[in-house]
Amino acid sequence: MLLTMNFLFAFGLTFVYELRITQIMTISIGLVRSSLVRKYWMALTGLFLCSFLVVHLLGNLPLLMEDKESFNSYAHFMTNFPLIKIISYGLYLSIVLHSVDGLLLTRSNKKARETSYVQYNGKANASWSSRNMAILGTLTLVFLIIHMKSFWYEMHFGNIPVYTNSSGKELKDLYSITVAAFEQPWYSIFYVFAMMGLGFHLWHGFASSFQTLGINHAKYTPFIEIFGKAFSVIISLAFASIPLYILLS
Amino acid sequence: MSKLKSEIPEGSLAEKWTKHKAKIPLVSPANKRQIDVIVVGTGLAGSSAAASLAELGYNVKAFCFQDSPRRAHSIAAQGGINAAKNYQNDGDSVFRLFYDTIKGGDYRSREANVHRLAEVSTNIIDQCVAQGVPFAREYGGLLDNRSFGGVQVSRTFYAKGQTGQQLLLGAYSALSRQVAKGRVELLSRHEMVELVVVDGKSRGIIARNLVTGELERHSAHAVLLCTGGYGNVFYLSTNAMGSNVTAAWKAHKKGAFMANPCFTQIHPTCIPVSGDSQSKLTLMSESLRNDGRIWVPKKIEDAKAIREGKIKPTDLPEEERDYYLERRYPAFGNLVPRDVASRAAKERCDAGFGVNKTGEAVYLDFSSAIERFGAEAAHVKGIQNPSDEDIKKLGERVIESKYGNLFQMYEKITAQNPYKTPMMIYPAVHYTMGGVWVDYNLMTTVPGLFALGEANFSDHGANRLGASALMQGLADGYFVAPYTIGTYLSKDIITGKISTNLPEFEEAENNARKRMEGFLNNNGNTPVESFHRDLGKIMWSQCGMARNEKDLKKAIADIRSLRDKFYAEVKVTGKMNEMNPELDKAGRVADFLELGELMCMDALAREESCGGHFREEYQSKEGEAVRKDGEFAFVSAWEFSENDPGKSKLHKEELSFENVELNTRSYK
Amino acid sequence: MNFTINVWRQNGPKEKGKIATYQVSGISNDMSFLEMIDVLNEQLITQNINPVVFDHDCREGICGMCSMFINGEAHGPGRGVTTCQLHMREFKDGDTITIEPFRAKAFPVIKDLMVDRSSFDRIIQAGGYVSVNTSGNLPDANATPIEKQDADAAFDAATCIGCGACVATCKNASAMLFTSAKVSQLSLLPQGKIEANERVLNMVKQMDMEGFGNCTNTGACEVECPKGISIENIARMNREFLGASITSK
Repeated sequence: MLLTMNFLFAFGLTFVYELRITQIMTISIGLVRSSLVRKYWMALTGLFLCSFLVVHLLGNLPLLMEDKESFNSYAHFMTNFPLIKIISYGLYLSIVLHSVDGLLLTRSNKKARETSYVQYNGKANASWSSRNMAILGTLTLVFLIIHMKSFWYEMHFGNIPVYTNSSGKELKDLYSITVAAFEQPWYSIFYVFAMMGLGFHLWHGFASSFQTLGINHAKYTPFIEIFGKAFSVIISLAFASIPLYILLS
Repeated sequence: MSKLKSEIPEGSLAEKWTKHKAKIPLVSPANKRQIDVIVVGTGLAGSSAAASLAELGYNVKAFCFQDSPRRAHSIAAQGGINAAKNYQNDGDSVFRLFYDTIKGGDYRSREANVHRLAEVSTNIIDQCVAQGVPFAREYGGLLDNRSFGGVQVSRTFYAKGQTGQQLLLGAYSALSRQVAKGRVELLSRHEMVELVVVDGKSRGIIARNLVTGELERHSAHAVLLCTGGYGNVFYLSTNAMGSNVTAAWKAHKKGAFMANPCFTQIHPTCIPVSGDSQSKLTLMSESLRNDGRIWVPKKIEDAKAIREGKIKPTDLPEEERDYYLERRYPAFGNLVPRDVASRAAKERCDAGFGVNKTGEAVYLDFSSAIERFGAEAAHVKGIQNPSDEDIKKLGERVIESKYGNLFQMYEKITAQNPYKTPMMIYPAVHYTMGGVWVDYNLMTTVPGLFALGEANFSDHGANRLGASALMQGLADGYFVAPYTIGTYLSKDIITGKISTNLPEFEEAENNARKRMEGFLNNNGNTPVESFHRDLGKIMWSQCGMARNEKDLKKAIADIRSLRDKFYAEVKVTGKMNEMNPELDKAGRVADFLELGELMCMDALAREESCGGHFREEYQSKEGEAVRKDGEFAFVSAWEFSENDPGKSKLHKEELSFENVELNTRSYK
Repeated sequence: MNFTINVWRQNGPKEKGKIATYQVSGISNDMSFLEMIDVLNEQLITQNINPVVFDHDCREGICGMCSMFINGEAHGPGRGVTTCQLHMREFKDGDTITIEPFRAKAFPVIKDLMVDRSSFDRIIQAGGYVSVNTSGNLPDANATPIEKQDADAAFDAATCIGCGACVATCKNASAMLFTSAKVSQLSLLPQGKIEANERVLNMVKQMDMEGFGNCTNTGACEVECPKGISIENIARMNREFLGASITSK
């Protein structure tokens, strides 16, 4: 059901409405058996995660303006608003699916060549990031686990000081936790390093997901590619700038 | 002579095929399931025949020595395929295609066969389009045509410079569909090494599994040889490295006659030989002669200066160039048939006008076509007073769209840019019109053994017109053999499964094994390749573009002594029961060494000049071929005897021409 | 010119292979790469060493038989060429050249540099055809006009020579370029559209069964393809497969 929700959300395929849920489920299960469908899931979850990156970045911007008020309200909204809650389950699922699927695909790719080449000149025909998606993805996942432990876990289950804001509402003070974390140099450097990894992951991943979904057109593909590259640079730089800003100020 | 029954049906030329088809006895579907057919070779003829026979319901086994049927050498055909569709409304018709082919073949082919070929040519195009062959199209969405040598209409269908590839992939896909259905058993990397004849009938083959080296017995009610031509007897040719005569030659030794073996096509537009270690020659499609003009310098001093690198061809002004084809043959110009164009190039080079280091090359120049197309394109684009530079650029783009892949291929091989400097070309061995003798039903002199496509002799006489080989291969495979085979198989429905334990199978297998072990145990020290190269030199210099009695006699003696030397000195490494390409090659070269002798004998016996066979003793004052219809209007069919090619017996099938008048071919 | 040749020697599919080193001399600029191997082999035969086994046939770049992995690249360093079209002028006198077979689980080594590519044949057998029998009564070839753009695109896809360079080059040993070229050719033509859905499902299924890896859109195949087949075809197949999976009954 959640798979389907995700599917609907990212793709907006109206014709799926005409199918009954059970049918969709059978299709979905049947589909996972094919290598192509595993790739579709990769692309769809990837793009969905990209959309989350944008939302997350917008929410984080108050950190740069040292706006404690807005940041904490955003954090509260994200943890309590019902629709966001539903989407957040989709998000968790996407992360899991993207990681597990990626792992499975990588494993079967390794199996497809049992004896490796003595000499393999990979850079002659493909970009570095495209050849290292699995490593970059793993790096991002490791980062994500640490990152969620530090903030998401603390916000949901941790013991965060509560304060009353200007409009008299009680909010968890995630802002102070965040600033405190980023004031530790090792943490910020790790964060920046991980964002570079994410940037390279997106550098290939963004446009690649369109190709996987069959969207390749002489007129539009160059735009998608440029957009993807700009997206990866902006997102990674913007995220990385926050800990650097806090660390340096 | 009584052995040669051509089985040409009665009736007027245009009715023969239709009437014959109506009378061919049918084999019922239930009986077809009991009948096994072996198809050797998976080129255009083989793939199409195997697919069609399987569709009809026969049990088919298809063999090829390559790793996949898709790699057969039909794939390399570039220019196109003829069909009498008359889509261009330029006066084409079945009769005209028939007439052009008979005339182009210098009146040495069988009228009835050629007319049938012209009739079914139109079906081929329909069939291929239905299969998804992406022929070139015009902007209106309809099929495009171009013109080829020796004709004055545009009837050639094409897919850029890769027509053979597209047609073969079409036939291969039809074959694959039958393989998937289990109707065809595909045995790739298998080479036929013996034909098995039981009670005078062809009943199977011995094939070597090239991967394991094992000899396998395969039985069938009929065997189809679709094994292509034997141009590699010349060592250097446009054939693939693996193309060989072995299957046909083994059949010949078991009783199938070889017809007109000396009829070889030397293609005028190939990339010249560059060095001693060259292994093959590359063709530049005949379609290039649509727009390219062939020339050499007028003055011998200029030719010398070009050879020495003192001047460049582009330095030579128009009036110093000799467009010798346009000069000698004003009506057809650069589009004369292949044999005529080849000989004319040889004549100029022999006279000292050759333009590369070896003196064996002429120019094929696109500069005037580039200018013409460029001016046209500028006009279409509405460019006022275009500069020469603009015209050149636009023209080059048009040429690129027409021949891009060929130009690219040329540049890759020679490292010269043919848009800027004229191409250098020279004739090279390309196709063999001769082949296994077949009757109207495509059956050889061994009952139950059929030969299709280039492997047979039937349709092209002494010279094949461009874009007709693809037509013949597919005609035989799709539309002729699957039906005519019924005349033989309808009598074989009660035979039942043929056992591979028959003594004939055992004997054939033992013969093959003994032969191979002989090579492996030989105490020689010379690689196979070296003998092949030597044979090629003898054939090219003495049985090539021009032949004479003295040279041919010498060639026969030389080949015989080379053959003895081969068996005494050849060295083959490796073992019998393993993948061993050297062993395969030894077997092929051994057969070429016998075939070469027969070709020279045939050339010696044919005391006339016709098509690709040019005897220096028989030429006019202007150097044109002189045919002798009174004495030589026949097909030479050679019977192998006494286990010695030198003792082969000549049988003659007289050719009668009822529908065309025998004229001296004139392209002036 | 003189060269040091490191070449993979392997006696059979199950045996272990290793690199052997030989010297060749007297090689001219105009020789093709395969002619250089011919020289090497003649030399080996006179030294009583089994010659190097390799696939080759037409030697003009169209049969797709030659299949060497040279200095870390399929068909060597040139672009738009097969090994037989690679000339020794591309190398420098004294170079060391490493030659390996195309490596993929679905392309088992037969001997030395020769591999078994029958998996490609089986992919075609799974649906790479239009189901028409031979007949003299088909519609006239000009009965269905085809837009030139589509006809040309179908042709471009159809120029695939089935050499397997795409698989050899791909870091995942994926056969997507090969499979998609055939799917594209036939789906672009009205004759092939009729059974397009079934075709793409069956061909992809067979491709998966053969043990090829998954496409990660590195684009290496397109760069190394001697015929320049575009990865637009892969996108088209992705699209076709998605549509076919959802709509098929």
